[in-house]
Amino acid sequence: MKTRYTFGGDEHIYVEIDEEMSLDAFFKSLSMSNAVREAEIEGITEICPANASFQVKFNPDVIHPDDLLARIKTLEEKAIQAEKRLNTRIIEIPVYYQDPWTHETLMRFRERHQDPTGSDLEYAARINGFDSVDDFITAHHSQPWFVSMVGFVSGLPFLYQLVEREKQLEVPKYLRPRTDTPKLTVGYGGCFSCIYSVRGAGGYQMFGITPMPIYDPEQKVTYLQDFMVLFRPGDIVKWRPIDRAEYDDICQQVEDGTYIPKMANVEFDLDTFNQDIAKTNARLMEALNGA
Amino acid sequence: MALNIINPGLSTSIQDLGRPGYFHLGIPIGGAMDRFSMRVANMLVGNSEEAAGLEAVFMGPEIEFTNDTAIAITGADIPVMIDGVEQPTWTALAVSKGQKLSFGFLKAGARLYIAIAGGITTPEALGSRSTYPIGALGGFEGRNIAAGDTLPTGTGGNVNIGATVAPAMRRMPSNPAILRMVKGLYWHRLTEASGAQFLNDEWKVAPEADRMGYRFRGGKALEFVDREQPFGAGSDPSNIVDGCYSYGSIQVPGGTEPIVLHRDAVSGGGYFTLGAIISADMDFIGQLQPHTPVKFEAVSMDAALSARKERHKLLDTIRAELS
Repeated sequence: MKTRYTFGGDEHIYVEIDEEMSLDAFFKSLSMSNAVREAEIEGITEICPANASFQVKFNPDVIHPDDLLARIKTLEEKAIQAEKRLNTRIIEIPVYYQDPWTHETLMRFRERHQDPTGSDLEYAARINGFDSVDDFITAHHSQPWFVSMVGFVSGLPFLYQLVEREKQLEVPKYLRPRTDTPKLTVGYGGCFSCIYSVRGAGGYQMFGITPMPIYDPEQKVTYLQDFMVLFRPGDIVKWRPIDRAEYDDICQQVEDGTYIPKMANVEFDLDTFNQDIAKTNARLMEALNGA
Repeated sequence: MALNIINPGLSTSIQDLGRPGYFHLGIPIGGAMDRFSMRVANMLVGNSEEAAGLEAVFMGPEIEFTNDTAIAITGADIPVMIDGVEQPTWTALAVSKGQKLSFGFLKAGARLYIAIAGGITTPEALGSRSTYPIGALGGFEGRNIAAGDTLPTGTGGNVNIGATVAPAMRRMPSNPAILRMVKGLYWHRLTEASGAQFLNDEWKVAPEADRMGYRFRGGKALEFVDREQPFGAGSDPSNIVDGCYSYGSIQVPGGTEPIVLHRDAVSGGGYFTLGAIISADMDFIGQLQPHTPVKFEAVSMDAALSARKERHKLLDTIRAELS
C-alpha cells in the first residue's frame, strides 16, 4: 500500500490509501479519517471515508490547502498504529433474488449489457465460473459483508465480502449505465455489492431486491426514526435469501411499523479475521443468530 | 404570507446555500448552483444571504403574491414582468398583494434566482431548505415546485426599493466559457499528450446538464497510461476502486465525455477524475446553456485561491453598496 495525497480543486484533499481494494486499505482509510476527525482541525467541513481512500472538504479561507495537507500527512503514522478493531453491528438483510421488478428492469435495458441474451445473474454466475445461478446466489449470501463506504446517493452502502481474495466475486458494471433501477435493488459492480437506497440511475448488475428500507427522509420507518440513513461504514451485513411470500410479508410489516431488523453488536478485529476467516465469520453468525 | 405557484416553469426548486455535513452518507451539499446570484438576490431584498429563494432553469415560473412585499431577480438575463409590465433584473422591486410575476424568453445564462423579502420558510431538512429530489429531501415536500403549490414566506425587513447592482458587477461566464481547474486526483492516469489535448480541445455543453452534473462533448477521446487494472476497480481503463468525488471534479467515463459534478453531486463512484473546477468558477457552470462552447484551463493552486478572493471581494463590494 502506498498512500497518495492530491487536491480536488481548492476545497478538497483526496487521500488514496491503495489503488486496489483490500480490507487493510479500508481499515487504514477509516482509521485515518477518524484521526482527522479527532484532530478537530479548523476549516474542515466534511470527512468522507471510502473503500480504499478518503476525502476531506475544507474552507481554504480558514486554512491554506498546503497547511491542511501537511497536517493530514502527520496523522498517517497515528493511523498505522491504530488498533484495527471495530465495535460495530451485524445486520441481516433479507433478499428476494431473481425478483420480478429487477428482472423487468434488466430486460428493459438489455442493449446496455455485456450479455443481451441472458439475465444479470446468469452472466455473473458464468463469468465467475459457477455451474448454476443458484450456486452463485449461495456464494453471494453465505458469507457476511462489510460496509466499506456509504455514498453515491442517499445512504447507499457499498459492501465488500469477508472472504479470501480468490473467493471474491467480480463483475463489470453495465456497458452504459441504466437510467432506472428499482428502489432497494441489491446490485453488484467490481468487487462490491450495494443496495440502491432510492430509485434512479445505476450501472451495477441487478441480483434481487430487499423489502427493508434503508433510507427514509420522512423518518416514518420505525428503525429509521433516529436518523434517516441506516448504514455506517464498518457495519457488517449478512444477506438472507427469501421468497415472494416472505418478501410481501416483510413489506407489510414495514408498512405496519412492526418490522424489527435482526441485528447484533459485534467486535471485528482485522488481525483475528486474517488469521482465521472461517472462524471469525462463524463467530459473527453466532452473534447474529443469538439476536 | 405566501407565494402561489401558477406555473412552475421547466424545473424550479427552492434553494439556499445548502446542507454541508452529510456528503459522507451520499447526501450532497445542494443549494443554488450559482451562489453568487442567489446571495446578491437576497442582499437586494434585505435577507440574510442564507435565506431560501427559487432557482429556475431556462424558463421562469408564474407566481402570485398574497401580500405586499419585495422581490429581486438575479442570474440569467431574462425579461421580468409584474402584471405584464417589464421590470429591471438585479434590482429590488416592490410588489403588491394579488400581483403576478412572470417572465419572457431567456436571453443569456441558464438559471435565474428569485429572492423574496423574509425568504421562503418551508421546513428545513438536515439544516437546509434546498431541494434534493433524488433523496426526497427539503424543498416543497421533497420535490421541485408544481402548479398549485403555496410556498410560505417569512417577514421581511427594510428594503431599499430600486436598489440595483451595476451590470459590471453581475458575475456571469464569458462565451466561450473558460472553466479553470486544478489538475490532480487521477490526472496521472492520462498520457501526457492526452492531458494536453483535453486542455486544448473546445468542448460543448451537452443536453445532459443538471444540478448533479454537467456533461460536455466535442473533444477527442482520452488516452490512458497502460496498466493492469487494480483489484476491485473494474476492467475499463477509466475505472478506479470506487472512491469519493470532489464537487467540481471532472470524470470521463470510458474516456469520452467529461462530466463536471455540481451541487447535487453523487458522493462517490468508480470513474477516474482528472482534477476539479476551482471554487470561484463553480457558479459559472450553473449559467451555461447546452451547446455553449467551453474550454478547460489548468491553473495553479495560488491562482485558484486568488480567484476565490476576487469573488469574495466583489461580493463584499456589493454588500457595502447595498447596506
